[in-house]
Amino acid sequence: MRFVKTVAVSALALAVSAPAALAEWQLRKPVEFIIMAGTGGGADQIARLLQGLIEKKGLSSRPFIPINKPGGSGAEALRYLQDKAGDDHTVMMTLNSFYTTPIIQEELGVDVTTFTPIGLMAMDTFLLWVHTDRDDITDLDSYVAAVKGAGLDWKVGGTGSGQEDSVLTAMMEAAFEYDVTYIPFPGGGTVAKNLIGNQIDSTVNNPSEQMEFYRAGSSKPLVQFTGERMAAFPDVPTAKELDVDIEYYMQRSVNGPPGMSPEAVAFYTDLFGELFASQEWQDFCTSDGLTCDNFLNGDDLAAFHATQVEAHKKLIEQVGADAITGE
Amino acid sequence: MEAILIPLGAGLLQAFEPLNLFMIFAGCLAGLFVGCMPGLGSVNGVAILLPVTFLVPPTAAIIFLAALYYGAMYGGAISSITLGIPGASTAVATVFDGRPMAQSGKADKALMAAAIASFIGGTVSIVLFTLFAPPLAAFALKFGPQEEFALMLLAFATFIGLGGDDIPKTIFSILLGLVMAAIGFDIISGQPRMIFFDMVEFQRGIGFLVLAIGIYGIGEMLWTLESTKGQVQMHSVNITWARFKENLREIKLYINSTWVGSFLGFFVGTLPAAGATPASLMSYGLSKTFSKDPDSFGKGNVAGVAAPEAANNAASTGSMLPMITLGIPGSPTTAILLGGMIIWGLRPGPLLFTESPDFVWGLIGSMYVANVATVLLNLALIPVFIRVLAMPFTLLTPIIFMLCVLGVFATTDRMFDTWIMLILGVCGYLLRKLNYPVAPAVLAIVLGPLAERSLRQSLISSQGDVTTFITRPISLTCVILALLLISYPLIQKMMRRRKMADAS
Repeated sequence: MRFVKTVAVSALALAVSAPAALAEWQLRKPVEFIIMAGTGGGADQIARLLQGLIEKKGLSSRPFIPINKPGGSGAEALRYLQDKAGDDHTVMMTLNSFYTTPIIQEELGVDVTTFTPIGLMAMDTFLLWVHTDRDDITDLDSYVAAVKGAGLDWKVGGTGSGQEDSVLTAMMEAAFEYDVTYIPFPGGGTVAKNLIGNQIDSTVNNPSEQMEFYRAGSSKPLVQFTGERMAAFPDVPTAKELDVDIEYYMQRSVNGPPGMSPEAVAFYTDLFGELFASQEWQDFCTSDGLTCDNFLNGDDLAAFHATQVEAHKKLIEQVGADAITGE
Repeated sequence: MEAILIPLGAGLLQAFEPLNLFMIFAGCLAGLFVGCMPGLGSVNGVAILLPVTFLVPPTAAIIFLAALYYGAMYGGAISSITLGIPGASTAVATVFDGRPMAQSGKADKALMAAAIASFIGGTVSIVLFTLFAPPLAAFALKFGPQEEFALMLLAFATFIGLGGDDIPKTIFSILLGLVMAAIGFDIISGQPRMIFFDMVEFQRGIGFLVLAIGIYGIGEMLWTLESTKGQVQMHSVNITWARFKENLREIKLYINSTWVGSFLGFFVGTLPAAGATPASLMSYGLSKTFSKDPDSFGKGNVAGVAAPEAANNAASTGSMLPMITLGIPGSPTTAILLGGMIIWGLRPGPLLFTESPDFVWGLIGSMYVANVATVLLNLALIPVFIRVLAMPFTLLTPIIFMLCVLGVFATTDRMFDTWIMLILGVCGYLLRKLNYPVAPAVLAIVLGPLAERSLRQSLISSQGDVTTFITRPISLTCVILALLLISYPLIQKMMRRRKMADAS
């Protein structure tokens, strides 16, 4: 142990005394690329695409290994990253449960503002989806009527209590004054499959999760929760056009554990910045309805996170944490 | 039929192109290695080797990764049999009978059975895949939470219904596994639960491999040390042509278990969320329940090696089905394959078959060839693998110990899990001394979380009404089968008694 400490201390001394080494900070082992959601969902698809692009473009000397930690609406992943404080070889693909889960589960003891922001890759969007078999549902009005008719027999699938889709579901419940039964699944891909298999009645999937089923004619979007209509869905009205004041986005940012070394932060920021600017990523954004205009990083991203945490606190207060956790 | 045969022929031709053929062999060989190293499962193998695939066209790339996945399924059996450490979670059931066989000098027979059963399992599975992919995908969609839970019930039933074993002790073991599975975050509400001594490390739960390596690696090692006082004479076998032919003739001993495992494995593999590990455990349980000689299972019955090996290979092919047709990976490894496909510009989903037929059929064709390649490689390498057993026990034991520690640390990256593994190893050894079966605990820790999730989803969706499990046809069928399986040993006993009464 003493030997290790000596080596560590002398390595540190060397690093401090040799500024040239700073610029050439390199990975020393494979990077754990944590995904705080299950396989097949939006975050998962994005992380795996990014991992592949890193390999394809040869941006990293060591592999990025994607690991899904979907437990407890991302609680498992958050806790994991918190415990990795000071580690330079772990980064996490996050979504909005990055904000909501620590608010709802105070006992988790995670404060995401202490995490190391690396880069905001995209803002993802939400649409309301039903199966194409539902001929009775053609627009938002007929949807609300169908839900009210079914009452608690109306099953909405989502990715977990406290996840962003449950927040959005609670917002809809408040706006339309109905109650639904919310069933959590381990990832957006599984939710999509259960909608196509008619195991659930509706869902608020991200575009990337439903795209292939939509193209195959198995599911249809009713409304999009964006400010303006997305290029990928020109015929689907936004909620605002229908006088429903719901606009909700999902952030897709990469973050590191608390206390990551500045050299590592610089390395990852460069790496993800390059990915962000790549043609492949921008193409994916267009085809999957993601907004990828601005690569926020460093203090800007930290400020963004802080505002989002506050906004979500307010949102959860409004709809009530109980409405989200279904208790 | 023509609609299938023509593209399949083209696919096979594609698989025989020199580059693709090379990729198949390279993938199988890499997979064998990755699979037999504890802690270096197919997930890591595929993730690490993903970059290799950017050097070749997409079809060759997916062929390589699929062959690797395949080879890893075989590879897992090698360390299960020769060292008694499951190389991957899918190979745990292979330890049950593979290890005792190796200890009694039949390692070559066990490895051969594993290779042949895997070959049959893989082939059956790929034929079913070729013929019925679209209808099976439609069937997989019918599986909601209720059906999933009923299937899990069926899986548990295959283990409770074992004749011969002490039923209360089996139930105790299952419950122990379920309790361990419940540690960590509640899967529905996300609240932490059963955090012993408030140690935050418990929030991550106890992984399945931690338990399996502890019980089988460490527990078994302690047991062997005690029962032999270190005077272990590992039987090494000389492989001769005559012995090989004799082994080939023994196929009839396990062919039935192999068929059962193949069909069951494929079916379970096609369901998203299940995967190869539950499939191999279920296949083992089923094979034992319906064996003429269930008591010999766990003591070196070759059918106990064949059943799970057929199932895990069949399931690994099966789990490609939801990935290709629905875009939902059936296992962590297929999730990485999925990532690869997205990079190559292929979007898995219902349209892949029609939009990229060359790719899909090339992959299917390669799976036929990969099967043949792995079985040939395996049979040829058996003499190499069993050299391990010729090592003196004083050398082998420390190696096993080291691999156990390394295997757990490599997968979880935490010393905490390594300690838990060692503690569980000692517990496993004590349970074994007290004649408790440990396999059901392993089964429970795998199936527990799957069963809990589907049970709670079902009850939320039916608003607490338990009849939801018997009002849906598929679910009802599974529940009835489960009940039959549980009562099967009782029925058997009654039949025997009646026969005896008739005779007198």
